[in-house]
Amino acid sequence: MHLKYESQLREPLVYGNKTYAQVTEDIVRPIEAKPSRLWYIGFFIAVALLSFGAYSVYREVTYGIGQWNLNKTIGWGWDITNFVWWVGIGHAGTLISAVLLLFRQGWRTGVNRAAEAMTIFAVMCAGQFPIFHMGRVWMAFFVMPYPNSRGPLWVNFNSPLLWDVFAISTYFTVSLLFWYSGLLPDFATVRDRAFTKLRKKLYGIASFGWTGSTKHWQRHESLSLVLAGLSTPLVLSVHTIVSFDFATSVIPGWHTTIFPPYFVAGAIFSGFAMVQTLLLIVRKVFGLTDYITIGHIDLMNKVIVLTGSIVGIAYLTELFMGWYSQNKYEGYTFWYSRAYLFSPYGWSYWGMMACNVLSPQIFWSKKMRRNVFVTFFMSIIVNIGMWFERFVIIVTSLYRDYLPSSWSVYYSPSIWEIGFYLGTFGLFFTCFFLFAKYFPVIAVAEIKYVLKRSGESYKPEFDAIEAQPLESFVHDHAHAH
Amino acid sequence: MAQKKFVVGCFDDEKVLFPAVKQVRTAGYKIKDVYTPFPVHGLDHALGMRETSLHTAGFIYGITGTTTAISCISWIFTKDWPLNIGGKPHFALPAWIPIIFELTVLFAAVGMVMTFMWLCQMAPGVKKHHFHKRATDDLFVMVIECTEKTNAEDLKALLASNGAVETDIQVAEDGWWFGTYDNDDDNLYKQVAH
Repeated sequence: MHLKYESQLREPLVYGNKTYAQVTEDIVRPIEAKPSRLWYIGFFIAVALLSFGAYSVYREVTYGIGQWNLNKTIGWGWDITNFVWWVGIGHAGTLISAVLLLFRQGWRTGVNRAAEAMTIFAVMCAGQFPIFHMGRVWMAFFVMPYPNSRGPLWVNFNSPLLWDVFAISTYFTVSLLFWYSGLLPDFATVRDRAFTKLRKKLYGIASFGWTGSTKHWQRHESLSLVLAGLSTPLVLSVHTIVSFDFATSVIPGWHTTIFPPYFVAGAIFSGFAMVQTLLLIVRKVFGLTDYITIGHIDLMNKVIVLTGSIVGIAYLTELFMGWYSQNKYEGYTFWYSRAYLFSPYGWSYWGMMACNVLSPQIFWSKKMRRNVFVTFFMSIIVNIGMWFERFVIIVTSLYRDYLPSSWSVYYSPSIWEIGFYLGTFGLFFTCFFLFAKYFPVIAVAEIKYVLKRSGESYKPEFDAIEAQPLESFVHDHAHAH
Repeated sequence: MAQKKFVVGCFDDEKVLFPAVKQVRTAGYKIKDVYTPFPVHGLDHALGMRETSLHTAGFIYGITGTTTAISCISWIFTKDWPLNIGGKPHFALPAWIPIIFELTVLFAAVGMVMTFMWLCQMAPGVKKHHFHKRATDDLFVMVIECTEKTNAEDLKALLASNGAVETDIQVAEDGWWFGTYDNDDDNLYKQVAH
């Protein structure tokens, strides 16, 4: 059973004097209003980027991977860097919606919907890179195991690259189901207050005929809980498997057992940074500061400083092991290719260190955690840093292999590689702008569920309860009636 | 599908709703359902509903996924097309664990969502009668199906005396049908005199 009471020590999750109807009004109104000029400008830029990305991909498909500047030793460059970066960003959504649900963290309600949407869009972007890296993308379905006329020749189930196919596609599917099942009641809310026929029709279809029946809610709760229970190990497994792409190889700099936890922490780190970037804009533009409060931002910054420090320890552990193993190749990769500032890619390593390890330490200060501008700036810095991390891992390990004659010339991306990356930004933001316009960006039903326990105007009712002696408090509130 | 007669009482506070549910049930009426804008904890028990078994279904789907993965991969790699990978064993269970795990989760999640939709009779384009539009906004809507013995006026009075802010009698379709919500004046919804 749930406590019907929340301590006064906790910050309210919903500010202002709200009723249930007011909650609906606040969150659904932006969907019903005409989009602002700012929305059109942002959407236009996103579509423009997407078009450029589509053209870059068109060139890559037509003329081949030669459109990119990959070379003899650098077989994975920007493409796989971007893949890992986007997948990492995708982790925060499931973490917020699933792990925090299991931990009974009430504050997830304000941010989970947008974070889950972000997850889905980020995984969509991530998926583009390995698919188009295949070169002959029209044969991409060869990665699926199905009876075929080639033998049947099967895929290699022992390969981490195939594990990745399963992990990413499962992650996408489960995240989508989780997100959409949570959206059903809110679509019904939008439908029932819709004022045009078209809106009624479309939201009617999207809400699957949701009525709000008690039995349906009971099943819905059970479904959410089990999906959360499934998603929690899933989210850990996905980035673990992504790290296996590297860790199971014998490349110095990749062949380390620390990779799975280090990658997962990094994924959560970058994902929370992206959530901050998006939500700080959303709460301002849609006037949702009562629901996505400074308290939420504070808590997410705590997660950022924690995971950033875990990532920092991982970097230092790697450096230590590079020395302690006394393996020449390891030592060369870690101490020359990476940590030596004046090696060809030393700048990327120190950029990573500055962005991921040093700068987030600012969040030990409560004042900084609760500062919107500092948070926004830091969220961008962290995402740049996490992009550098993947670039460092991939490029500094590859550019000088065991055979000095094949040591490559300095790798820098071609315009079409950059274009592909920008295109995924376009895809991401096109989806996000459409989401923000047509979907309830905050879970309306979940906010109503916590409103009377954690709303600012309802909390004073608990004063009397908190003044009670312990025995009568336990009697009244700590067990089910 | 059949049209039935219902008495509807709307409440605007869950604190009022719970005692009202109790009163209506002790008076001998069978509550068809209470439609709420968010999950009200304990309401399912107050209405005398049993726990859902959806999670058991999820478990069964999960182990189906596990066995599917193990049996398919082991058949493919030991019988159908054994690959010699550096002389390593064909039956390489540890290397299959990631895929076995992913398929377990995939089967469980997809199966549970499908089962949920089936049990709740929900699908794109499905329409059901709505007793009150604000049931998805801020009202808790209690619906009691009338039998031939029910005195609807008495029941309305009982609901009102227990704090219902609105009461009425509706004749409505009980199940679901395909339709959109853009034409809510169709014959399926008919308000009987107050």
